[in-house]
Amino acid sequence: MADRPGLPDGLVVVVKQDCATCRLVEPVLGELASRSELTVYTQDDPGFPGGVDPVDDTSLAVSWHHDIETVPSLLRVEAGVETERTVGWHRQRWEALTGIDALGVDLPDFRPGCGSLSVDPDKVDELRVRFGASTLRSRRVEFAEAEDEVEAMFDRGWTDGLPVVPPTEARVMAMLEGTTRAPDEVIASIPPNLAEGTVEKIAVNAVMAGCRPEYLPFVIAAVEASCSDSFNMHGLLATTYFSGPVIVANGPGTTRIGMNSGMNALGQGNRANATIGRALQLIIRNLGGGAPGGVDRATLGNPGKYTFCFAENEADSPWTSLAAERGFAADATTVTLFAGEGVRAVVDQLSRKPESLARSFAASLRSVGSVKLALAFDAMLVVSPEHARVFAEAGWDKDRLHAELAELLTIPGSDLVRDHDGIQEGLPEGFAGSDIPKFRDGGLLIVHAGGKAGLFSGIIGGWVSGASGSQTTTVEVRT
Amino acid sequence: MKVLDPTDEVRSAERSVNPRPEALDDLVVGLLDISKARGDVFLDRVEEVLNGRGITTKRYAKPTFTKPAPVDLRHEIAEQCHVVIEALAD
Repeated sequence: MADRPGLPDGLVVVVKQDCATCRLVEPVLGELASRSELTVYTQDDPGFPGGVDPVDDTSLAVSWHHDIETVPSLLRVEAGVETERTVGWHRQRWEALTGIDALGVDLPDFRPGCGSLSVDPDKVDELRVRFGASTLRSRRVEFAEAEDEVEAMFDRGWTDGLPVVPPTEARVMAMLEGTTRAPDEVIASIPPNLAEGTVEKIAVNAVMAGCRPEYLPFVIAAVEASCSDSFNMHGLLATTYFSGPVIVANGPGTTRIGMNSGMNALGQGNRANATIGRALQLIIRNLGGGAPGGVDRATLGNPGKYTFCFAENEADSPWTSLAAERGFAADATTVTLFAGEGVRAVVDQLSRKPESLARSFAASLRSVGSVKLALAFDAMLVVSPEHARVFAEAGWDKDRLHAELAELLTIPGSDLVRDHDGIQEGLPEGFAGSDIPKFRDGGLLIVHAGGKAGLFSGIIGGWVSGASGSQTTTVEVRT
Repeated sequence: MKVLDPTDEVRSAERSVNPRPEALDDLVVGLLDISKARGDVFLDRVEEVLNGRGITTKRYAKPTFTKPAPVDLRHEIAEQCHVVIEALAD
């Protein structure tokens, strides 16, 4: 990295010739030069402004490192430290900052400045690499000119089976603009190899997944949540079972980054949903070293292991959000990680009474894992707007639905024991005399999402539940 | 084109495994149950066969099959046994 250039003491002005306000203040700069210690940096024309012997900053190193966003910028520097700054032309402010009266008396009182070349959208990616990239520690991998970069990344085993975006320095630097965290901050140990999950490595994989910079805080939070001891990503990766990490996002940030919580919320087509979930899987694969056939031993897997991420539709929900139920403030943006398998449908187009619809849900929920097993798997019930309306119109809040479902899903042990109904799978005979809840306390999650039309809801079955398997884990998204 | 390496840039640490012994005579054999269904049935039978041949066995179990064996358990087995047989699969 080019070292951060210092500023000389006295007054410092940064200008470009291609700025009407800079040209307007040219005589003022001459006046200041004659009455004060003045250094003028010029961003485009080394000969401008005349009469003040400007310093060439066409490399934009000074402008970049001192965060010049507007020209002209007038700074006061004392003992190498900037103490004051004003931008554009504003006579009173220039007079106050310089301590010199009657500056530019022939000029208008005020003219706004122009954009600094160091923040020009056409230049900023390149400047970021030139001045900042060497802070990145990742090994540089060079592809041959004749090599197709997408194929090169397939060859190295860096993809989930779909093409990835090449993580160039410029793209990774741009990605890191999405967070205030330092690139070397370690977010988590990434299983299975317990690799150091730095912000930088997360950003590299987020680029590959196709994320925009503003998604990065969501990916970081998803890494933090999934690589916790409570969520147990290692076990979830290694299992022969179907499941993988499912991300449910809540809060105002989901709207700001354009996540889909509505029509086709669990499906394809939304960039934020698709790439945040994909980034997490790429991080486990590339950084953690967890790939199918290696530590990932899934018998069948499920398509959600490419990506499974959606937002809860809070705006139209009659209920408390998932995040609020889990103790987070309504204005918090969160990700909740659930160890889930595929989505199955609950079709009920006829129930108009909540009692009937709840029974419909319960009957379908009994099949999670196996109709003969209980307390083994959690589940997430994704209630669509049309179904939620049936409960809302009858005054059922979410707690009421939870309570009714818990009652409906308390099953006589005799129905669950081995060999009952001609099925050898089941609970040990000793459970025959008890009533058994299908789900452990807190093991059934309810979220609201989906398009406005359709009397369908969805069930996402879970994995081994509780402390011996995976516990649903929520983390706040912080920039 | 130059890209940044998305991996941890180290191969998994090579874990050297002792060579498989020719015979189990005079060795202590650890039997590790990972707590999956019917793993105990398998290990019971292995233990019966080994003991029938006069070979000493010791039983161990992971708290849950979903997580790696705790480091203390691994150390205990390494200290107390010469070889270990793990009931691994479903």
